Amino acid sequence: MKLKLRIWRQAGPEAAGRMVEYDLDGVSEDMSFLEMLDLLNENLTERNEEPVAFDHDCREGICGMCGVVINGIAHGGSATTTCQLHMRSFSDGATIDIEPWRAGAFPVLKDLAVDRTAFDRIIAAGGFISSNTGSAPEAHSTPAPKREADKAFDNATCIGCGACVAACPNSSAMLFTSAKITHLAMLPQGQPERYRRVKSMVAQHDEEGFGNCTNIGECAAVCPKGIPLESIAQLNRDLIASLFKGDGK
Amino acid sequence: MTDTITNPEITGEANQFWSVGEEIADAKAPQGIDIDKVWKTRQFQARLVNPANRRKLSVIIVGTGLAGGAAAATLGEAGYNVLNFCYQDSPRRAHSIAAQGGINAAKNYRNDNDSTFRLFYDTVKGGDYRARETNVYRLAEVSANIIDQCVAQGVPFAREYGGLLDTRSFGGVQVQRTFYARGQTGQQLLIGAYQQLERQVAAGTVKMYTRHEMVELIVVDGRARGIVTRNMINGKVETWTADAVVLATGGYGNVFFLSTNAMGCNVTATWRAHRKGAYFGNPCYTQIHPTCIPVHGETQSKLTLMSESLRNDGRIWVPKDAADCTKDPRQIPEEARDYYLERIYPAFGNLVPRDIASRQAKNMCDEGRGVGPAVAEVDHDGNERLVRRGVYLDFSDAINRLGQKAVENKYGNLFDMYQQITGENPYEVPMRIYPAVHYTMGGLWVDYDLQSSITGLYVTGEANFSDHGANRLGASALMQGLADGYFVLPNTINDYLADAPFDKLPEDHPAVAEARDSAQQRIDKLLSIQGTRSVDSYHKELGHIMWEYCGMERTEEGLKKAIGLIQNLREDYWSNVRVTGKNEDFNQALERAGRVADFMELGELMCVDALHRRESCGGHFRAESQTPEGEALRHDDEFLYVAAWEWGGEGSKPVLHREPLIYKAIELKQRSYK
Repeated sequence: MKLKLRIWRQAGPEAAGRMVEYDLDGVSEDMSFLEMLDLLNENLTERNEEPVAFDHDCREGICGMCGVVINGIAHGGSATTTCQLHMRSFSDGATIDIEPWRAGAFPVLKDLAVDRTAFDRIIAAGGFISSNTGSAPEAHSTPAPKREADKAFDNATCIGCGACVAACPNSSAMLFTSAKITHLAMLPQGQPERYRRVKSMVAQHDEEGFGNCTNIGECAAVCPKGIPLESIAQLNRDLIASLFKGDGK
Repeated sequence: MTDTITNPEITGEANQFWSVGEEIADAKAPQGIDIDKVWKTRQFQARLVNPANRRKLSVIIVGTGLAGGAAAATLGEAGYNVLNFCYQDSPRRAHSIAAQGGINAAKNYRNDNDSTFRLFYDTVKGGDYRARETNVYRLAEVSANIIDQCVAQGVPFAREYGGLLDTRSFGGVQVQRTFYARGQTGQQLLIGAYQQLERQVAAGTVKMYTRHEMVELIVVDGRARGIVTRNMINGKVETWTADAVVLATGGYGNVFFLSTNAMGCNVTATWRAHRKGAYFGNPCYTQIHPTCIPVHGETQSKLTLMSESLRNDGRIWVPKDAADCTKDPRQIPEEARDYYLERIYPAFGNLVPRDIASRQAKNMCDEGRGVGPAVAEVDHDGNERLVRRGVYLDFSDAINRLGQKAVENKYGNLFDMYQQITGENPYEVPMRIYPAVHYTMGGLWVDYDLQSSITGLYVTGEANFSDHGANRLGASALMQGLADGYFVLPNTINDYLADAPFDKLPEDHPAVAEARDSAQQRIDKLLSIQGTRSVDSYHKELGHIMWEYCGMERTEEGLKKAIGLIQNLREDYWSNVRVTGKNEDFNQALERAGRVADFMELGELMCVDALHRRESCGGHFRAESQTPEGEALRHDDEFLYVAAWEWGGEGSKPVLHREPLIYKAIELKQRSYK
C-alpha cells in the first residue's frame, strides 16, 4: 500500500505546530497503525530527519498509552485503540490525517504525544477504596451480587486513554470519571466513601480544566472499551444524592 | 540423541567465556525449621522501625507495576517517604496491565483438595526444580491474602450468582485455583494497586515521577543510596538519593525484539545495577508462552498473547498428514486431525504446562505439520527454508457443547482481539497460535529478604529471579508481583532500614557525581556517533540472534556462534548507530538507543549462561540433553543451583557464583504430565 500521511508536528509545548505531509510506500495491510508509523520513522531516520514522537507501549489495546486522532476521529473510529487498528481498514492511495488528542487539559508535549496526568489527579482525588494492606477481611465474607458486579466490571475496563476527552466538543472527561465512579459505586466495598468520592472527583475534574458534559455522546462512540453513556447518568445520580448524604450510604 | 552430558569439560569450569567465583548462599531464610514456619520466623526476626522514625526515612522505588506500585502504596501507608519512578506517562500503564488469564491462590474454595502445600508443590515442579524452595512456599502462603486484599480494594473478580468468587484452572495443575477478571486480570489487579498508590500520592507519602527513566544506580561504600534518571520530556539528567532503593522494573523479554512485552520494557535499570555489583541470576531462563498469535511479517513490532485460559476449552491440533496443512481446517475431518497434546499427555491434555505445550507446537511445525502461511527461515547451517509456524486452537467442540453465547461470555474479548489482529473470525475458523517469548524468569539475584548482592538494593517482581525456575506455571507472575509488593518487601526492608539513620549524602559526593557523569557520557556518546543504521535495525538483528540460538532450543555450537555475532554487532553499534535529535528534548530514538545498548550486553550474558547450563530444564531445551522420548532431561547431579553472574568489568569475562538449591520439603522428580 501507498499512503499520503498528513501529521501534526510540534517541537514542544510552547512551539507552534503544523501539519506536515509525508508519502509512505510499502505498507502492508497486516500492519497495525503504529507499525505503519514505525515504518515512517525508520524512513525518516534514514533520511536523517527527526522521527515523529507518539506515545505507545503495550500495543495490545490494554495499557491506554497510545491514541491519536485519525481523520478527525479519536483512535480512527474503529471502537478500538490506535494500536489495534490495522492497515487493512484503509485503502491503497489513501490520505490519512494524524493529530494528537486536542484538549486544554492535555497539553501537547511533542508531535502526537500529550500530557494526560490530569487523569491521575482525578483518581488521587478519591478514585479508590481506602483499605490498608494487610487489614482486608476474608474475600468471601463480602458477597457481591453478580448483576452489580458485572456492571462494576464493565466500567472497570476503562483504560484511561483519553479518547473520550479528545472526542468531546467540550473536552469533558466525564466518561472517564463516571467509569471509575460507577465501578466503585456498584460494589459493596465502595459504599462507605461513595458520596464523598463523587464530589471530590468531579471537583478535581473541573479544576483540571475539563469541560462539562452536555450529553453529546461522542465520548461513548469512540471509547475503545465500550463504556456506556449511562455511566455518566450514574455519576449524575450519585452527585445529586451526595447533596443529601454524608460520605457514604 | 543422548541422555548423558557429553563434553563435560566446560561445565562450571573457567574457560574462555566465564570464570568461576565462590559459592553463595541465601543467608536470610531461617534454617533448620519446617518450611511452613520459615516466613513467620523471618518476620519475627526482622527488626522493626518505629512509626515515628519511618517518616525520617526515604525509599526510592523504580517501577509502578504490580510489584512496584503495590510496594510504593504499602510503604507509603507504613509512613516512609517514597519516591516512585516510571517511564510511562502514568503509573497505570505498567506492563502488568496486559496479563490476561488470572492469579493463583490456595483458597480451596472449590473443595478440590487444594492447599498451600499443593500450590507450592505444583509451582516448584512447574519450575522444573530450579526455584528456591523457601521463596516459593512463602509465595503460596501469602497467595490467599492477595485475593482478600484485592477484593477489599474493589478489584472486580469474576463472581458466581451467589455473589462469591469464581475460579478456573490453568496449565500444569489439576485443581481450580485461578481467580480471574474476564481476560483482563492483570489490568484489574494493577488498577487496584494504582488506586492505592494514588491514594498515597494524595496523602503526600508517595511522590510520583512519571516519564522518568532510571539510567544509573548510585552506590556509596557498598550501599545503594540513589539513582540517576533522565527526564524523558526535557532530557534533564537528575540524581535522587534515599536510604534504600527498590527496583521493580519488570522483565527483559524485549531482548528478543519480538515478544509479548510492552515496547518500553527494558533491562536498563537492572543492567545498570548489575554493572554496579548486583549479581544477575539465571539470565537464560525465558518463559516461552504457547498461545500467541503467530508472526505475520518482517515489519511486525510485537507479538500478542492469547490467554492460556483458552486451553481450558480450546483443543489444540494439527493435521495428521502434512498434505492437509494448506486446507481449510473446517474441511479436515476429525479422524485426520492430531490432537497431539491429548494424545501424548492424556492426564493433562491441553492443560500441560507452558514449556511442554510450546515445545510440542515447535516439534509439530518442525515435522512439517504446522499451519498458516509458510514463512522463510534460515537454519543453523545458513540454508533458507519455508516453514509454517502455527497450530490450531479450536473451539468448535466447546461451541457445540456450551453454545456460542457461553463461549462469548468466557472469552469474548480475546476472540475480538484475535479477529482485530488477524482479520479472521475465531468463532468460525480455529485460531492459529504459536509460542512466543513472554516472561523472563531470570533477573537480579536476591536473598529471602529480596535484597540483591548490593546492600540496600532490593529487587521485586519479574525484575528478580527468585520464585521461578526453568519454567513458570500460568497465573503465578501476578501472584509473585503482588506478594512481593504488598506482603514480602514491606516486611523485610524494615530489617535493613532499622540500621538508619545512615550518613547524609551530599549532592556533590564523588559517588553521586560519578554516577551522573557516567550517565551523561553515555547519552553524549550515543548522540555523537551519527552513523548510518537506525537503533531498531540493530535491535531486530539482536532479536533474531537471540531467538535462533538462545530461544526454545539451544546447542553448544549455536550459543558459541551467537556470542561472537553479538560481540560483532555491539562493536558495530557503538561506531555506526544513528540517533537523531538531541538530549534536551523529548527524544524517543535516544531512549531506545540506551536500552538497546544494554540489551546487547545482556544478550551476551544470556548466551553465556545458556552455554554453561548443559542440561535441559523446562522450556530451556539443550539438544544435547534429552530423554529417549525427546523430553527435557535435567541433570540434578551437576546443575542443581542458581547461576548468579557477577559483572567482570568492561571487556572481561563474567564470574559465575553458584547458589546450591536445597530441597528439604519436596522430593526431586523427573517431571511427567502423561
